[in-house]
Amino acid sequence: MITLFEVNETNTMIEQEKLDVRTITMGISLLDCCDADLDTLNKNIYEKITRVAQDLVSTGREIETEYGIPIVNKRISVTPIALVGGRACTCPEDFVTIARTLDKAARDMQVNFLGGYSALVSKGMTKADRDLIHSIPAALASTERVCSSVNIGSTRTGINMDAVKLMGEIVKETAEATQENSSLGCAKLVVFCNAPDDNPFMAGAFHGVTEADAVINVGVSGPGVVKHALESVRGANFEVLCETVKKTAFKVTRVGQLVAQEASERLGVPFGIVDLSLAPTPAVGDSVAEILEEMGLESVGAPGTTAALALLNDQVKKGGVMASSFVGGLSGAFIPVSEDQGMIDAVKRGALTIEKLEAMTCVCSVGLDMIAVPGDTPATTIAGIIADEAAIGMVNQKTTAVRLIPVVGKGVGDTVEFGGLLGHAPIQPVNRFGCADFVNRGGRIPAPIHSFKN
Amino acid sequence: MKKTIITVVGKDTVGIIAKVCTYLAANQINVEDISQTIVQGYFNMMMIVDTSRSSRPFGEMVHELETLGDEIGVKIRCQHEDIFIKMHRI
Repeated sequence: MITLFEVNETNTMIEQEKLDVRTITMGISLLDCCDADLDTLNKNIYEKITRVAQDLVSTGREIETEYGIPIVNKRISVTPIALVGGRACTCPEDFVTIARTLDKAARDMQVNFLGGYSALVSKGMTKADRDLIHSIPAALASTERVCSSVNIGSTRTGINMDAVKLMGEIVKETAEATQENSSLGCAKLVVFCNAPDDNPFMAGAFHGVTEADAVINVGVSGPGVVKHALESVRGANFEVLCETVKKTAFKVTRVGQLVAQEASERLGVPFGIVDLSLAPTPAVGDSVAEILEEMGLESVGAPGTTAALALLNDQVKKGGVMASSFVGGLSGAFIPVSEDQGMIDAVKRGALTIEKLEAMTCVCSVGLDMIAVPGDTPATTIAGIIADEAAIGMVNQKTTAVRLIPVVGKGVGDTVEFGGLLGHAPIQPVNRFGCADFVNRGGRIPAPIHSFKN
Repeated sequence: MKKTIITVVGKDTVGIIAKVCTYLAANQINVEDISQTIVQGYFNMMMIVDTSRSSRPFGEMVHELETLGDEIGVKIRCQHEDIFIKMHRI
């Protein structure tokens, strides 16, 4: 029998500690939409998305009401568009028409983001991949809800440095194309190494080629709940600390598993994975940085931060894995700057630099995320940062990503406002020494020795 | 059969249980268990109810109970029990 204490605990987590299911993301394969004619392809894509996802938002709302748990986002991810559009698109402008179709489908389905305007080029680029990448600035500037990602490396293939160099330029172009909007386009563009096929979190979500026709992936989140739990063991040793995080992660993930099963059953779409993540929002009390500070750091960025984050990530996984039948995605703690009030404060007080953030990405769930940098940062420097981050992912067999925003017309000391869940960020200084000759070499960085496991 | 948990939290006044139960009875919702405490003047109640013969769709019931709570000055939540069972039982 359920007790009053347990009911109150759950409801306190939801109401006061901001426990939520961050997203239900429906992955939809568009491979069966392929056609040689661009208009037919666009029509097929629109029809398939609106047919498969028509009940997604209403079902999400139903589950929200019946269980009393907020489901913040309902989203769609699709097959990387470079694969779908390869036959019909002959130039970047053709790909932009697909981006507009996706945007219309997302708007009509009332989902806030649709991911999958993507190319997977970890080893090499086809003409379609190259055209899609070149179309990204125009696509993101002319759409509202489309998100784009490019996978430029993996542990098995090494790093495609031609793609890295190109992405440095594309990030800059996207910033310029959306400059009236604080270069917002870059917030919808992620460069990955080892991108997972089933990640429900934007902007990096896409429906990988290893996936079924349609699938439901759920991302849970509860930084506030973990922080609150840690407040009750202040000063205790690491064993107690880890146990507390683990137990909390278990409870949080169980809610995600419940929502995933319900959504999958009601929509008649198979359940894919639960992504056990701590994803912050700019709201006070919903911050990963505050968890790290609760562990005993004066500020995020202080010595000890990387160890604290490593511990947190590991315990979240250990607690969550048993709570769900399928775990996937990125699973860990996100450390975006603009979306986490604790991180923003740490940057403002000078405690957190890009270099420290890079070190933290070795043990976090993704990578350098939502970091605003000066608008005059050279494309080659951005490519260098992407290469560094990809190398960390490649060598350590983990997913890493870069989502940098070179805000046109702003420099160090300025702040940029994105609004909503994307938050605001102080512009952070970037190392001013160049790496152009390194980036301009071109070609590939070979896979590391430990990739040969056959 | 899914059971539903109704929680009522707020400042204690006369007639909270009566008003909630009147609503439930009027809509063919059977109360199976009630546990209730008052801590420092704060009323805290949990009811386990059976909504299988309810005359109201679940979403409407949630909304109407919330509105009723606003009238009495307490917070009323109504959730399927699965969320608690899943979270607290292996």
